[in-house]
Amino acid sequence: MSAENLATLSDQLILAAILLYLGAMIGYALELAFAPKPAPVLVAANGDTIERPEPPVAWPLRAGAIGTLLAWVGLAANVGGTLTRGLAVGRWPWGNMYEFVVAMVLAAVTVFLVMQVRYPVRFLGAFVCVVGAVGLGFAARVLYTQAGPVVPALDSYWVAIHVSAAVAASGLFIVGGVAAVLYLVRGDGLSRLPGKAELEQVAHRVIVIAFPIWTFAVISGALWADKAWGRYWGWDPKEVWAFITWVAYAAYLHARATAGWKGKAALIVSLVAFGCLMFNLVGVNIFFGGLHSYADVAK
Amino acid sequence: MTVVDEEQRQSAPRPVGLGVVGWLRWGWRLLTSMRTALILLFLFALASVPGSVFPQRGVDPGQVARYFRDDPGKAEWLDRLWLFDVFRSPWFAAIYLLLFLSLIGCVLPRTLTHLKEIRRRPPAAPRNLGRLPYSAEFEGELTVEEAAARLRKRRFRVDTGPDWVAAEKGHLRETGNLVFHVALLVLLLAVGAGALYGYRGNVLVVEGDGFANTVAAYDRYVPGSAVTAESLEPFSFTLDDFQASYIAPGHEKQGQPLDYSARLSVLDTPGAPARTFDLRVNVPLDVNGTLTYLIGHGYAPTFRITDGDGQVAFEGAVPCLVSNTGTYESECVIKVPDAKPQQLAFLGRFLPSTLPAGEAWISVFPGAANPTVQIWPFAGDLGLDSGEPQSVYDLGAHKNIKPLGTMTVQPRPLAVGESMDLPGNAGKIEFTGVKEWITLQTTYDPGRLPALLASIAAVLGLVFSLTVRRRRVWVRMKDGRVTVGGLTRTEGANFADEFAEITDSLRGPTSGERDVR
Ligand code: HEM
Repeated sequence: MSAENLATLSDQLILAAILLYLGAMIGYALELAFAPKPAPVLVAANGDTIERPEPPVAWPLRAGAIGTLLAWVGLAANVGGTLTRGLAVGRWPWGNMYEFVVAMVLAAVTVFLVMQVRYPVRFLGAFVCVVGAVGLGFAARVLYTQAGPVVPALDSYWVAIHVSAAVAASGLFIVGGVAAVLYLVRGDGLSRLPGKAELEQVAHRVIVIAFPIWTFAVISGALWADKAWGRYWGWDPKEVWAFITWVAYAAYLHARATAGWKGKAALIVSLVAFGCLMFNLVGVNIFFGGLHSYADVAK
Repeated sequence: MTVVDEEQRQSAPRPVGLGVVGWLRWGWRLLTSMRTALILLFLFALASVPGSVFPQRGVDPGQVARYFRDDPGKAEWLDRLWLFDVFRSPWFAAIYLLLFLSLIGCVLPRTLTHLKEIRRRPPAAPRNLGRLPYSAEFEGELTVEEAAARLRKRRFRVDTGPDWVAAEKGHLRETGNLVFHVALLVLLLAVGAGALYGYRGNVLVVEGDGFANTVAAYDRYVPGSAVTAESLEPFSFTLDDFQASYIAPGHEKQGQPLDYSARLSVLDTPGAPARTFDLRVNVPLDVNGTLTYLIGHGYAPTFRITDGDGQVAFEGAVPCLVSNTGTYESECVIKVPDAKPQQLAFLGRFLPSTLPAGEAWISVFPGAANPTVQIWPFAGDLGLDSGEPQSVYDLGAHKNIKPLGTMTVQPRPLAVGESMDLPGNAGKIEFTGVKEWITLQTTYDPGRLPALLASIAAVLGLVFSLTVRRRRVWVRMKDGRVTVGGLTRTEGANFADEFAEITDSLRGPTSGERDVR
C-alpha cells in the first residue's frame, strides 16, 4: 500500500475509533443508568444479613457488555490508526500534537480496558470513552496535520523513549483524573457510582503507577535536550510546566502518604496536577511556543 | 526522625523574650522542618510559572526586545520585577537558597537519628498486645524460634525474649526519604557547579572556514565565573561541507527541513591527526566533554567587488540573515571600507529558489535551486574608524552614505556569475557563488553527569519513601496461646491485609482462631 493510502486509512480508522468510543459510551451509560442499584444491605436483628431478591433486569448489563465490546473494537481502530500513520510516515507516530493526542487517548483507553479485566471498574467506562471520543475529535478537528516527516530535531530514537513515556503517563493520569472527578461529583448517599473509597483507590492506584513513568519522561526529556539543544535544563516553557506537574503530583502522593490526607483534599490536589498536565499539553504548545514547539498546530 | 519528633518541631513554641539567640534558634527550627522544605519546593515550582509566561532574556532575547518596543511602559515594570530574567532573579535565588538551607538543616539531624535507628533493636513487646491497633489471638504451640524465623522470612528485623518476639520493618522509607533530600541537594550543587565551571559560546562558521576553541573566536561567549581562558578544551575544526534537505514542493509541509548535516575535519588537540565528523542535530561533537551543537544555518553568497580605481576591494563570502525560515529568503549587508575613491556598501536580498512574481521576485523554496541576489549599492563614509560599535548585519548606523544612482524597489536579481556595474563608474559587484554557514553552540558543563545521577537517586528515594511503610509486629506466646500485635507508624496506611497475612503465616496450618480485632 502506498504511503498516501496508508495515511488516508489512518484518518479513517481514527474516525471509526471516535464513533466506536461514542457507541461504547452509550452502552456503558445505559448500564450505569438502568442497572439495578446496589441495594442497602439489610441486617436482621440477630446480625444475619438478609438476602433481598433483585428484580431480574438483564438488558442494562447486556448494554454494558456491548459497551465493553465496542470499546475494545474502538481501541483496535485507534491502534490501527496509529500504526498505519507510523507506517505511512516511516517513523514513530508521535511527532506532532495531533499524533500525540491520538496516542494519549489510546493509552487512556488501554489503561481502562486492562484495568477492567482485573478490577470491577466498569463504571468508569462511560467517562473514559467520552474523554476518548472528545480527545480524538479535538485532535482530528483542531490539531490535524497531514502525515509527513518531522523536523530534524525529532528525527531521533529519543522520540520512542521520551514521548512514549509521556504518552503512557498521560494515559494513566487521564484515568486517574476521571476517577477523581467522579469522586468529587458523587454525593455521600446512595449512587449508581461505587463508593467514594473505591473511587479514591482507583485514582490513587493509577497515579502511583503513572508518577514514576512521568518522572522518567521528564528525565529522558532532559537527556534528549542535552543531545539536541546543548543543555539539559533551560527553563523552556514545556520544561517549566513538566516540572510543575511533577511537583504537583508529588504533592498529591505526599499529602496522602505522609500527611495522611484522605479523600477530597488529596484528590483536589491531584486534579490541580492534572490541570497542569493538560495546560502543558494544550496551553504551552499553543500559547507559549519555545524550543519545545513541535506540536505543529496552526497558531 | 519519627513522626512524633516531627510534630514537636512543628509546634515548637514561639520564644517569648528569648532574645536574639532564641529567635534565631526558632527561625532555624522553622526553616529546617520538613513542612517548610515542602512549601519551599512548591514555591519554587510556582515561582517558575512567570518564566514560562513572559519571554526570557536567557532564552529568547529578541522576543524581550519586541515586548519593550510594543509596550515600553509595562515592559519596564515587568523588568523591574525581573520578570524577563526569572531564573536569575534575586527572588528566585532567595527561594532556592532557602530550600537549600532548609534541606541541609533537615537532612543532617535526620540522618544521624536514622543511623541510630537502623542499628537499634526492635523495641521489646508491650505488655498488652490486644490494645494495639492491630491484634489477633489464637491457640497453638508456636516457639519463639519458629515465630522469629517466619517473621525473618518476611524480611522483618527481629529481636527475641524468653516468650516474645519483636519485629520491625520499613526503615527503607526513611532511607529513601533521606536519599531524596540529599539527592536534591546534590542536584542543586551540580547545577551550580555547572554554572560556575562551565561556559557556553556561539559562533557562525562559513563553509571552508575553520574554528579554534578560544575565547576570541566566539561571536558570543558566556563563561561561568570560575572559568579561565586557558581552561577551554584546545580543539579546532574546519567546516568542509554543509548539506540540508527539505520536503519537496507539492506536500502540505513543502520546504520543511528534513535533515541537516555538517562535515567537519576535527583536530582534538593542536597536533592531533584530523578526523572527520558528521555533525547533525541530536548528534553533537564531543571533545572530552566539551560539546558542540549544530543550531542553525543559512546562506553566504560570495562576491567579488571592484572599486572605482579598478582594484579588487573585497572578495569572499557574506553570511546573510534569514528573514523567512520557510523560504530562506535572506538579508545581506556588505561593507567595503577598502574601496577607493569612496567606501562602498551594499544591501542584498538573497533568494535561494527565485521565481518572478509580477514586478518582483520571490523565493519559493529553502533549497538553493535557483539562487539570485538583489543588490542595492551605497557609497560614502562608513565611519568604521570612529570607534563606535557597529553590527556587521546593519547599515542603519551609517549616516554618511548615500544610495548610488536611483534606488529601485525591485532591482533585477543577479544569478551566479553575473555582475552589476555601479553607477557613476564607482566599480563593479560580481555574484560569484553560494556557500552556506552554520551557527554552532559549544557548551561545557561539568555538572551534567552528577545532575543526572542525583535526579535518578532522588526519584528512587522518593519512590521508596512514598511506598514503603514502617511497621512493627510483636508476638507473645504463653500456655499454648499466641497473641500478635501490630502497629504501623505511617499515617494513612492500610496495614490490615498484611497483618492478617502475617497472623496466618504465624498460625501455620493449625487452626483454632479467635480474632479479637
Ligand atoms: C528537559 C527537557 C524536556 C522536558 C522536561 C520535556 C517534557 C515533555 C513533556 C512533559 C511532554 C508531554 C507532552 C505534554 O504534556 O505536552 C513532552 C512531549 C514531547 N517532547 Fe519533550 N521534553 C523535553 C525535551 C524534549 C526534546 C529535547 C525534544 C526533541 C528535540 C522533545 C520532544 C517532544 C515531543 C515531540 C513531544 C510530543 C509532542 C508535543 O507535545 O509537543 N522533548 N515533552
